[in-house]
Amino acid sequence: MTYPENYKYTKEHEWVLIEGDKGTIGITDHAQSELGDIVFVDLPKPGAAINKGQTFGSVESVKAVSDIYAPVSGEVLEINTGLSATPEKLNSDPHGEAWLIKVKLAKPGEINELLAPADYQKYIGA
Amino acid sequence: MLATIGLRSEEELIAHLPADVRFDKRLNMNDGVSEFEIVDYFKNLAAQNANGYPSFLGAGVYNHYRPVLVDAVVSRGEFLTSYTPYQAEISQGTLVSIFEFQTMVCQLTGMDVANASMYDGSSAVPEAAMMAVRITKRDKVLVARTVHPEYREVLRTSTQHQGIPVEEIAYAKNGRLELDDLKKKLTDQVAAVIVQTPNFFGILEELKEIATLVQSKGALLVVAFTEAVALGLIEPPREADIVVGELQSFAISPSYGGPYVGIIAAREKYIRQLPGRLVGETTDSAGYRAFCLTLATREQHIRREKATSNICTNQALLALMATVFMSVYGKQGLRELAEHNLAKAHYLAGKVKCEFDTPFFNEFVARTNGKSPSQVNAALAEKKIIGGLPLGRFYPELKGAMLLCATEMSKRDDMDTVAAELA
Amino acid sequence: MIKKVSKHIVQNEPLLFEQSSPGKIGYQLPALDVPPVDAERALGKGHVRSEIEDFSEVSEFETLRHFTRLSTWNYAIDLGLYPLGSCTMKYNPRVNELVARTEGLAWAHPYQSEELSQGCMEVVAVLEKALAEITGMNAVTLQPAAGAHGEFTGILMIRALLEARGNPRKKILVPDSAHGTNPATAMMVGYAVENIKSNERGMVDVAALAKSMTDDVAGLMITNPNTVGVFEENIRKICGVMHDKGGLVYMDGANMNALVGIARPGDFGIDVMHLNLHKTFSTPHGGGGPGAGAVACVKELTPFLPSPRLKRDGNLWRWNYDLPQSVGRVRAFYGNFGVLVRALAYIMAHGSNGLRQATMDALLNANYLRTLLEPHYQIAYKAASMHECVFSDDRQSPMGVRTGDIAKRLIDYGFHPYTVSFPLIVHGALMIEPTETEGKRELDLFADAMISIAKEVEDTPELVKTAPHNTRTAKVDEVTAARKPIVRWKPEPTASKAAD
Repeated sequence: MTYPENYKYTKEHEWVLIEGDKGTIGITDHAQSELGDIVFVDLPKPGAAINKGQTFGSVESVKAVSDIYAPVSGEVLEINTGLSATPEKLNSDPHGEAWLIKVKLAKPGEINELLAPADYQKYIGA
Repeated sequence: MLATIGLRSEEELIAHLPADVRFDKRLNMNDGVSEFEIVDYFKNLAAQNANGYPSFLGAGVYNHYRPVLVDAVVSRGEFLTSYTPYQAEISQGTLVSIFEFQTMVCQLTGMDVANASMYDGSSAVPEAAMMAVRITKRDKVLVARTVHPEYREVLRTSTQHQGIPVEEIAYAKNGRLELDDLKKKLTDQVAAVIVQTPNFFGILEELKEIATLVQSKGALLVVAFTEAVALGLIEPPREADIVVGELQSFAISPSYGGPYVGIIAAREKYIRQLPGRLVGETTDSAGYRAFCLTLATREQHIRREKATSNICTNQALLALMATVFMSVYGKQGLRELAEHNLAKAHYLAGKVKCEFDTPFFNEFVARTNGKSPSQVNAALAEKKIIGGLPLGRFYPELKGAMLLCATEMSKRDDMDTVAAELA
Repeated sequence: MIKKVSKHIVQNEPLLFEQSSPGKIGYQLPALDVPPVDAERALGKGHVRSEIEDFSEVSEFETLRHFTRLSTWNYAIDLGLYPLGSCTMKYNPRVNELVARTEGLAWAHPYQSEELSQGCMEVVAVLEKALAEITGMNAVTLQPAAGAHGEFTGILMIRALLEARGNPRKKILVPDSAHGTNPATAMMVGYAVENIKSNERGMVDVAALAKSMTDDVAGLMITNPNTVGVFEENIRKICGVMHDKGGLVYMDGANMNALVGIARPGDFGIDVMHLNLHKTFSTPHGGGGPGAGAVACVKELTPFLPSPRLKRDGNLWRWNYDLPQSVGRVRAFYGNFGVLVRALAYIMAHGSNGLRQATMDALLNANYLRTLLEPHYQIAYKAASMHECVFSDDRQSPMGVRTGDIAKRLIDYGFHPYTVSFPLIVHGALMIEPTETEGKRELDLFADAMISIAKEVEDTPELVKTAPHNTRTAKVDEVTAARKPIVRWKPEPTASKAAD
């Protein structure tokens, strides 16, 4: 699986796609492969605030739970409701169809603290 | 074997222990004794108890007949000595019986989902309170004073360090929850209101009114029960959000207080908030139906400090006893059993002076007139009968009364004796 | 070559609800000797249920056959070894079952007068005393219903003591090798959890502990021997580090089977601990419970034990509720009495000599297995094993085979798997505890199986990765069970309902 060049990444294995003052957030392919078959995703409600570095939800496999950490701060605009019926999409398309939430950025400057695709791949030893 | 390991004596196995931790003395107790002596020892201890006395005690623990089939089934080594069914392929026997248990608990209580059991009814109550706190994100709990006194104590002990204040609701002159007191205490901070039906006095609560009040304020209604036999006849607490209770009545020996088997059941939407073990239906790789433990990520061994509870055990063997019991009695039998209990208790109540004039199941509060409840019980003990529970220890305002329970095992003659003593 | 099991025909069996037949009954109640009562009149119309919908209706024999068939699908200690680490799956003596059913004990009501309950109270008193002696502690409570419940009680007591001293503090330290109940429990008592790293020997890193031990720390929860089966050789120093700064030490007694008669936690500095009566003291697991979690403590913590406690009044036992510093009740009534009877019977059967011998046999069996398996599996830590040994799957994972796969293949050989992937500090852990119950024959069969599987990993890894192959139920789909949970049976909609 490729790591899209126009995404930014975190050491906690999240990705962010920035478009203007909006961000789309998901978990990386590395994260889903470590977790195994995903069975459930716990996401915040639209309107909730998320803060960089803090957990905003979790992803569950049969035998493990992983917290999801906010790569940027902002307000949740939309959540991927389709994931509750088909959480397995996180395994098959974590960088595309299985995005988690869309936010309105509160502090656009935070983008600079994120990892570039090459740096993330080096971090995970890809 | 020692040779294989490369040791000369078994003492070498502990040679690596630091000298300052070794216990080099003998344990101060007798040496091992024979099986005969053990059986004899317990027989003698049992003889010091009220062996074979008819009993009119209820109050959370009930004397019901245990069908012979129950021990025949649970004594099978495959059930008795098997482990928690983490390895589904070789534990289908346990998993199927728990799935049946979960189903029967739902059918009895009117709830959608139930777990594989809790330690007992008393510890299920704080679990329900914590569930309600997680679900509503509020932090206060109200509990009726007519919920079993020891259950309320356990609720306090368990919630005291989790920032969950607990407040009690009074009961009215008719022995039911005092609705005005509930109205007064029901704020927007209340996560759950816990009531029991039949309540500690044996009286049926009016759940519809309570539910309307509670749920209109956005709080959850938690209904508890201690006498499972009642559910064979009385309308189940369908209005509840969470139901907790004790299944000891279903073939679990009173056994001086434990072990028992608690249940927790709830509406479908709360399934992921349930504590404890859950068995789910699925298929195996050949496509056949199979069962396994599921939603384990709620539990301590995965979530650790973020778990829904620290509970690890369920009461599998006792849940199995209850399942066998429910299977033996079945749909008709549970009803008839309840009808017998109703008849026996109402016969006895008709012969004594009752404190409350409100519909009850198989327990009721009786005044002991001139004598104190302890005096009545002492007189009954002379006749080798165990009387009811003197209520003064839990409800000082009722110190001249006792809680009497009659079940299908109570005999008419003994009830006549009890009634005579209370005259 | 699989020596321990062979093919056999096993009965199928549907759920009770699927073989239900309206009107079938399995019971008979005696005739009423009092007048029947009309339920609606006695209870009020709205209070009487019409029926228990979809409840099963089968005959007595169908019930018996149903559960008998189910039982044949289970593995059990009575059938063979459970090498599960820290579970202590030893023989459940049948005399325990007999004595627990003694009528005067089994039918005793907890609210019977004390005068009529002396036999029961004596059981509690004698067992408390025996467990205090075994643990080297001052006092014991038998109220908790299980190990985790005991942990909760112990930490509650620690908090109560510190509150009495003026400051409950904020944190509990938990080794990263600890069982999940430990941190979950600490949270329930209002403490934050801080993890302490294990060192390269698999033990608590004393330097790391000393650094983390501050005035904000209430206590440490430690398991000894720890979850890699190794005795914490620095235990006295560890307790010293905690005590020096006013903290307390809680010991998880899950591994007590390694210590009975040879070391006593009270002697090496532990302040409070729990015992799992369903592990060390042979009470049956019953498919997942009941258990009982005795808690033992030192003199300073004794006033905080759950209420009530036994006291002597002349020549009678009485329940004493006048315990102003007690943490309160952790459950209704006095404890899992039926389990206590079984534990006491076990202690009596073994006695002072037998209990120590059982421990030595448990150590012997574990070390025997370790010796046989070490050439084939990577031992996690070189330190001496006590009653259990822990390997990692490092030698097998290059072939793409993990501990979970090996465990499933072990089932084909006629054994229950060992503990998989725990503790978390070992990568791909295999935790093995045979207990003293097993004789050489069963142990050799187990070692043979494990060695054979190690060879299969080299020659035919796919066979191991797709195990089990010979079970009645093939590999169970746990993923779908979690994605779409079905936790109860529901009737199929009938044709007429569908037509509505």
